Amino acid sequence: MKHLAATARRPDGAALFIATALAALGALLVWQGAGIEEKGGYAGIGSGDLPRFLGIGLFALAAAHVFSAFRYAGGAVMRPQIGPVLWVVAGLALQVALLRPLGFSIAMGLLFALTAAGFGKRNLALTLPVGVGLSLAVYAVFDQLLKLRLPAGFLETLLFGG
Amino acid sequence: MTTFDFLLQGLAVAMDPMILLYALIGVTLGTAVGVLPGIGPALTVALLLPVTYGLDPAGSLIMFAGIYYGGMYGGSTTSILLNTPGESASIVTALEGNKMARAGRGGPALATAAIGSFVAGLIATLALAFLAPYVVKLALIFGPREYFALMMLAFVTVSAAFGDSTMKGLTSLFIGLTLALVGIDQLTGQARLSFGVPELLDGVEVTTLAVALFAIGEALFVAAQGPAAAETIQAVKGSVWMTRADWARSWKPWLRGTAIGFPIGAMPAGGAEIGTLLSYATEKRLSKHPEEFGHGAIEGVAGPEAANNASAAGTLVPLLTLGLPTSATAAILLAGFQQFGLQPGPLLFVTSPQLVWGLIASLLIANVMLLVLNLPLIRLWVKLLTIPRHWLYAGILLFATLGTIGMNPSPVELGMLMLFGILGFLMRLYGYPIAPVVVGLILGPMAEQQLRRALSIAQGDWTTLVSTPISAGILTLATLALVIPLILRLRGRGQLLSQLATDED
Repeated sequence: MKHLAATARRPDGAALFIATALAALGALLVWQGAGIEEKGGYAGIGSGDLPRFLGIGLFALAAAHVFSAFRYAGGAVMRPQIGPVLWVVAGLALQVALLRPLGFSIAMGLLFALTAAGFGKRNLALTLPVGVGLSLAVYAVFDQLLKLRLPAGFLETLLFGG
Repeated sequence: MTTFDFLLQGLAVAMDPMILLYALIGVTLGTAVGVLPGIGPALTVALLLPVTYGLDPAGSLIMFAGIYYGGMYGGSTTSILLNTPGESASIVTALEGNKMARAGRGGPALATAAIGSFVAGLIATLALAFLAPYVVKLALIFGPREYFALMMLAFVTVSAAFGDSTMKGLTSLFIGLTLALVGIDQLTGQARLSFGVPELLDGVEVTTLAVALFAIGEALFVAAQGPAAAETIQAVKGSVWMTRADWARSWKPWLRGTAIGFPIGAMPAGGAEIGTLLSYATEKRLSKHPEEFGHGAIEGVAGPEAANNASAAGTLVPLLTLGLPTSATAAILLAGFQQFGLQPGPLLFVTSPQLVWGLIASLLIANVMLLVLNLPLIRLWVKLLTIPRHWLYAGILLFATLGTIGMNPSPVELGMLMLFGILGFLMRLYGYPIAPVVVGLILGPMAEQQLRRALSIAQGDWTTLVSTPISAGILTLATLALVIPLILRLRGRGQLLSQLATDED
């Protein structure tokens, strides 16, 4: 819908930010591509050429973003509520950190509970046990029955043996 | 042997009790995820990929295809009863279907959607079976340059031809292509963009990226909208059976929808949405009751739903015969094939005819199962819509991370899952399409290999890319698909294109 209204006085900040990110990624690609030893062989193009080409493409897209930022008004972007998003991201981060030391079920239960909190169910005394219980059931089905290796912690070792 | 013999052989494979069980699990899961708003077939197959490592390849692939078909059926239920499409291809169904449900005609709306899906699925699957051998024959004369040209066409149609901005579509595609570079170059063995991190040498896993972008990105996006206003579910009142008049008004739209949906799915044009919209427009023009459109016309449900399912079957034509995915779900299905060491394409019809024809035949059976599952059991599926959102999304995140943990529980892999999830959220927030990223990741390395192979054969002569009529023609088509929408948008005629936006399914 961007091209419909060009009435905004200020340039579209989000598009400028995205342009910067794309240009940075493009620079990274060109730099990395230049560092790869050329083994093009008969084809004449080798491993380093595609990164360089994509890098240049990203520069072009960054330029297009800058152009559209000044030419068109930013689209009506929904104002996100950051709180719920942070709950879920925190759950994911905790899961990465705790998966090894505490095992599958506890890390997964935490993610479950924090996601539920992000969606408005803040009662951790209810959601955490539900999450851990559900994760244990999932662990039993997938690790014990379907032979998918899941990282075990003390809880799993206690219940299902080493 | 003729197609008919192959199909009979395939039916023999598909009637095996274990295979039937896989198909049943697939269509049941598919219907469930189709009904649930926010998760689509692409995501479900991506979630199941790691879980099926140890299972039978034929059974798993049949299950995946069942999920794809089932998702297309189930999506209509949500559209009709909730006015929120369960998957993006059902947006049009919501227009007329929900109006019918509000007028107390939800039953016939669901019935015409289900029977229309059945008719379309059946015809389109048969069309797939009879068309595939011809495309395979054509594909046998394709060399690297023709494949490269086809992939360019797929890139353009998936990213730039539809949606509201060429720039945004191409940006998504380039992000996918960049991610595809990570890891060891398959032709020379040189590491690219791995920054000395050993885990990155294997590259970015398709499943990790797809699950992160679709499941986690979507969950974050829904969470960011805060507590949504409670949506009213229309109760299914009265009989689910259609009256004689409903039948008379439905059967032609079903056939027309199939005729529109299948070719569009079969062309590398990406997504089922285009077919549904075209079908809706056609029915509106041809209807004897144009005044009912917008107030619950049954033709407006029957046609698009048929087109929707027909294009799902159509998508399997380029996927099976050329190994070319033209939608996100097809891209994930391709990853499923590759997981079992199978490369879809003309050779697969020679090396594993049992598997290919078993898959096609079981789609016919899956269609019958879906009709049985969807019509009499409709009230059961509607119950799924009453699951509170916090439990639903907590469960989705549980299963989303389960796949990655089961495959590779390293902090690097899980960190990527989180980062791509946030990326998916931001892309949704600013209106960047998701599907091109996944297609870019899967097709990127294939396109690069074909390009370098073609250039090797021609000793570095770039004109080889346009030296046959086929490759030159396809590349011209790709250029047109890139340039024409650009011009249309610059002249302010882009609304139609943005309506045709290809979303995640």
